[in-house]
Amino acid sequence: MDRAETAARIAGLIEPFNKKGVAIADYTSFAGDLEWDSLTVMDFVAAIEDEFDIIITMNQQAEIETYGQLIDAVVKLQGA
Amino acid sequence: MSEGISQADRPDVAESTKPGPAPAATDLFSKFDPLIEQRRALLAGGVEDPFSLVMERVLSPTVAICNGRETILLGTYNYMGMTFDPDVIAAGKQALDDYGAGTTGSRVLNGTYAGHRAVEEALKDFYAMDHAMVFSTGYQANLGIICTIAGKGDYIVLDIDSHASIWDGCKMGDAEVVPFKHNDIEAMEKRLKRIPAGAGKLVVLEGVYSMLGDIAPLKEMVRVAKENGAMVLVDEAHSMGFIGPNGRGVAEDQGCLDDVDFVIGTFSKSVGTVGGFCVSNHPKFEIMRLVCRPYVFTASLPPSVVATAAVSIRKLMHGAAKRAHLWENSRTLHQGLRDQGFTLGTDTPQSAIIAVIMPDLERGAAMWEALLHEGLYVNLARPPATPAGMTLLRCSLCAEHSPAQVQTVLGMFERAGKAVGII
Repeated sequence: MDRAETAARIAGLIEPFNKKGVAIADYTSFAGDLEWDSLTVMDFVAAIEDEFDIIITMNQQAEIETYGQLIDAVVKLQGA
Repeated sequence: MSEGISQADRPDVAESTKPGPAPAATDLFSKFDPLIEQRRALLAGGVEDPFSLVMERVLSPTVAICNGRETILLGTYNYMGMTFDPDVIAAGKQALDDYGAGTTGSRVLNGTYAGHRAVEEALKDFYAMDHAMVFSTGYQANLGIICTIAGKGDYIVLDIDSHASIWDGCKMGDAEVVPFKHNDIEAMEKRLKRIPAGAGKLVVLEGVYSMLGDIAPLKEMVRVAKENGAMVLVDEAHSMGFIGPNGRGVAEDQGCLDDVDFVIGTFSKSVGTVGGFCVSNHPKFEIMRLVCRPYVFTASLPPSVVATAAVSIRKLMHGAAKRAHLWENSRTLHQGLRDQGFTLGTDTPQSAIIAVIMPDLERGAAMWEALLHEGLYVNLARPPATPAGMTLLRCSLCAEHSPAQVQTVLGMFERAGKAVGII
C-alpha cells in the first residue's frame, strides 16, 4: 500500500478520535495539537494496528510525534 | 496498575510538554508545576491532605490512631491480618536477637542468612514449585525478573492496566513493549500473532488488578499465550493467601497455574511484612541469582523480616477459615455498598478490594475526608494512576475485620455519602 492510500485510511480512522475537530496535516502533533490522554492514544494505536495488521510497539510510538511521522511509520511497518 | 497517586503507571509516550517562556535557568522541578498547582488548589479548599496521613499508633491489623482519631483501617493490603500474629512477631524478635538488625550485604555476597534460605523453602512448599527467589521488595521482583528475561529484541505483551513495577521492568530491559486493552483476550491474541517469527515472547498478566479489584480471565489468556509460543509471568500480589484452594492465587483458582512460567508475589500484602519473590519451575531458574541486577545490587532483607515472612507463609497454608471469613467480609461490604446506591468497580466481589467510583476528584476528596472524620481510612486513588480517569475510594478488606466492623463501615459510608451528596 502506498503512502497516499495509507494516509487516506488513517484519515478515516482518526476522525472519531479527533473530538475537538482539529485540522490535521502532516505536521500536526499528537501531544501538542490533539492533546490526547494516554487512553485515547492507546485506543487510536489499537485501531491503526488492527486496520493494517501490524504492531506499533511502545518503543516505536515514542518516536512518533506528528501525524506525518505516523503515516511514514505505518507505511514502513507494512513493508516489514 | 498501582496505588501510585501522582504518576501514571505506564511511561508517557508520544507526548511532549508544550514550549513555555524560557526561564533564566532551567529548574528541573518545573515539570512538576501542574501537580503542585493541583494539590494547592485541592488543599486550599480546606480538605485534609489525603496523601500525608500519619498512623500514630497501630492497635491491630484493623484499627489505628490516625491524626489523633481512632480509625478503622479499610485501606491496607493486610488481607490476612498477619501483621500482629503472635507466632510471626515472636519469630521476628528471635531473629533480631540471633542475627542482628540487618545483613548489610547483597544476597550473592554476605547477605544470604539461614533465614533467607528458609523463607525460600517456605515459598517452594506454599506454591509446590521447584524454585523460589526472594527480593527486597515486590517492586524489585517485577523489575528484576522482567528486565532480565526479556531483553533487546524480545517482545513483552502486557495488559495496559499493569502495575508500575511491570512497566518499569519492561523499560529497563529494553524489550519491545506491546500493550493490549485491559483483560481483552482477543486483543492480546492478535498482537501475539503479529510478532515476528523467532522473536522471544513474554506475556505479563496480573491475577487481581488492584485499582478496581477485578480479576483476569487467566485460564483463557494463559492458553492463548502458550499456543502462541510465549512464556507467561503472572503477578499474584493481590491474591496470595486467599484466592485459590491453597491460596496460591487466581491462576490456581482457575486451574492454570501449571502453565504459568513465573509467579511474582510480595510479602507486603497477605504475608504482612515487606519483600518480593518469584517462584518458577523453569529448570534453569537458579541462574537468575547471578544475572538479575535488582537482586544482586541491593542489600538483602533483614533477618527479622525473612523470619516473620517464613512463619507467616507457613501459617497461610492452613488459613482456610480466615480465607472464608475474608470472602464473607468482601461479599457483605460489596452488597451493602451497592444497596446504598454507590457505584462499584466490579459487579460482583472478585477479590478483597472493593473500589467505590467517585464522580470527580473534588467530591472524592470530600468523601475521603468525611469518612476519615467518621473514623474510617480508605485509599483515595485518582488519575493518572487509575484507569479511564476515574477517582476511586478503594476499600481493601482484612480477614480480621469483624462482622460488626463491616456493619460499622457501611454506616459510615452511608452517612458520609449523604453528607457529600454522592448517594
